[in-house]
Amino acid sequence: MNWLTEYVRPKIRTLFTRRDVPDNLWQQCPNCQQMIFHTDLEKNLRVCPHCGHHMRATVTDRLGWTLDEGYTRIELPKAPADPLKFRDSKRYIDRLKEAREATGLEDAIVVAHGTIEQRPAVVAAMAFEFMGGSMGAAVGEALIAAAQLAVLQDAPLIVFTASGGARMQEGTISLMQMPRTIIASQIVKEAGLPFIVVLTDPTTGGTTASFAMLGDVQIAEPGALIGFAGARVIEQTVREKLPDEFQRAEYLLEHGVLDMVVKRSEMKAMLARLVALLREKEPA
Amino acid sequence: MRHFLDFEKPIAELEGKIDELRRMSEPEGLNIEDEVSKLTEKADRQLRATYAKLTPWQKTQVARHPDRPKALAYIAGLITDYIPLAGDRAFADDAAVQGGLGRFRGRSVVVIGTERGNDTETRVAHNFGMARPEGYRKARRLIELAGRFGLPILTFVDTAGAFPGVDAEARGQAEAIARSIEACIDAPVPLIAAIIGEGGSGGAIALAAGDAVLMLEHAIYSVISPEGCASILWRDAAQASAAAEALHLTAEDLHRLHLVDQVIAEPIGGAHRDPEAAIQAVGEAVQAALEPLLGVEGPALKARRRERFLQMTREPIG
Repeated sequence: MNWLTEYVRPKIRTLFTRRDVPDNLWQQCPNCQQMIFHTDLEKNLRVCPHCGHHMRATVTDRLGWTLDEGYTRIELPKAPADPLKFRDSKRYIDRLKEAREATGLEDAIVVAHGTIEQRPAVVAAMAFEFMGGSMGAAVGEALIAAAQLAVLQDAPLIVFTASGGARMQEGTISLMQMPRTIIASQIVKEAGLPFIVVLTDPTTGGTTASFAMLGDVQIAEPGALIGFAGARVIEQTVREKLPDEFQRAEYLLEHGVLDMVVKRSEMKAMLARLVALLREKEPA
Repeated sequence: MRHFLDFEKPIAELEGKIDELRRMSEPEGLNIEDEVSKLTEKADRQLRATYAKLTPWQKTQVARHPDRPKALAYIAGLITDYIPLAGDRAFADDAAVQGGLGRFRGRSVVVIGTERGNDTETRVAHNFGMARPEGYRKARRLIELAGRFGLPILTFVDTAGAFPGVDAEARGQAEAIARSIEACIDAPVPLIAAIIGEGGSGGAIALAAGDAVLMLEHAIYSVISPEGCASILWRDAAQASAAAEALHLTAEDLHRLHLVDQVIAEPIGGAHRDPEAAIQAVGEAVQAALEPLLGVEGPALKARRRERFLQMTREPIG
């Protein structure tokens, strides 16, 4: 209650309260339910200042947090759109169009080149906001292009994953992106360049079971959900409720799947150190 | 007793009638040959007609038919001097993945298959063909063994997919699949994959990233099961038939999409009606696919395989 709601007449009141709190000024932490003011959240790299929960991030945020200023986003190679003319309750081609309009992205990934603490790097970031970050031919093609770009620039390739898995609407074509993206990882490795994977929330299915598990160094963000099979499918198979920590980054670290879990605020510095150790081998 | 699928009912009825006539005529010594041959002809016609135009969902059922020959039947029928090899050298032996050394038409090969079993006992023993990480790690070990000795690799794929379990996740199911695919890509020897039943997603591609992918006429190969796809996209598993249609999971469709190199014709009425003929047909196709690759050196073979996958899904398909 404030003087407005108490004393101003109803009609004017609705007019004022509507402008009072636009929905995007405050955001609720999905973990601790605390409200966070948006500028605080952005300043804190979308990590809850109360509980440390790492919220999902857009690819633009991701590139900005990782690369030094002045990086360049590359145009992604074209992939055949909707080769199966897939249709469920909606046409795939329409879903694609909607996702493009909503996100301003071509598909579920962006690729950029620039520097990380002055060291050249190619960074690919998957966009969960684009059809669940699902991997179809466009994502596969982009990862191959990113690998070739890394070789061309003699730079490491760092991939931030965020993906529900293969894109069902591309059927077996999406399945073929598993070997294709593995080849992309090999292109980087064979050139003697580091291939670093940063698994972010969530990374599951065919994405996990391909390039995302083949990094020279495997990093994850705290609390990220990472796995092959979905928890619901596993629950149906084993007929029991799974513990909360199951398939979380910390669980994977414990089970030897990851090298480390790194906080968002420390990620860039860690990537820079890793690249330096792997590449600047002689004493300075 | 023969197992009939729902859409085979009219055929089942005809064949039931024929059996009944035979049984009745035996003790009485009646001459029913005319009637029987008429009915047999009708049943044959019906069978041919039904199987000539199976829907994707019907094919899914045929691909999973309990009497359909499984991987071990292909190994028994096509591989002589077979010596099974076991274990991933780290944790366990996974019975869902079978494999070892043997001879295919006289030539030493490494053979690997996902085996789903024929009856309750063997199905349970093989975990219904759903492998755990140790299964894919065993496969990788065998692929690397083949590479070391220059032996061609033959794989027989028939799986609903990788096992979705807590233990499988804890031991790195995703990594095991990724490494198995990588081993296929890296093999310096020919790798011929045959999809003989169900090619279920990551669990299938783990053994099928090869130089040639052959597929039986009524087999399926998909990124997700029609039921799984229907429950996610249609929010109704009962829409599996529509999902099967949309996924383009049949051999014919995948051949047209250039994802499968050859479709192997099945005996009339499906591989389960004449397993031996189906197995021999696969043997012929494997031989034909293997022959031109035998003289190719390892590095050239790898380069060609890599290029094949890099080009795959790039071109728009008419």
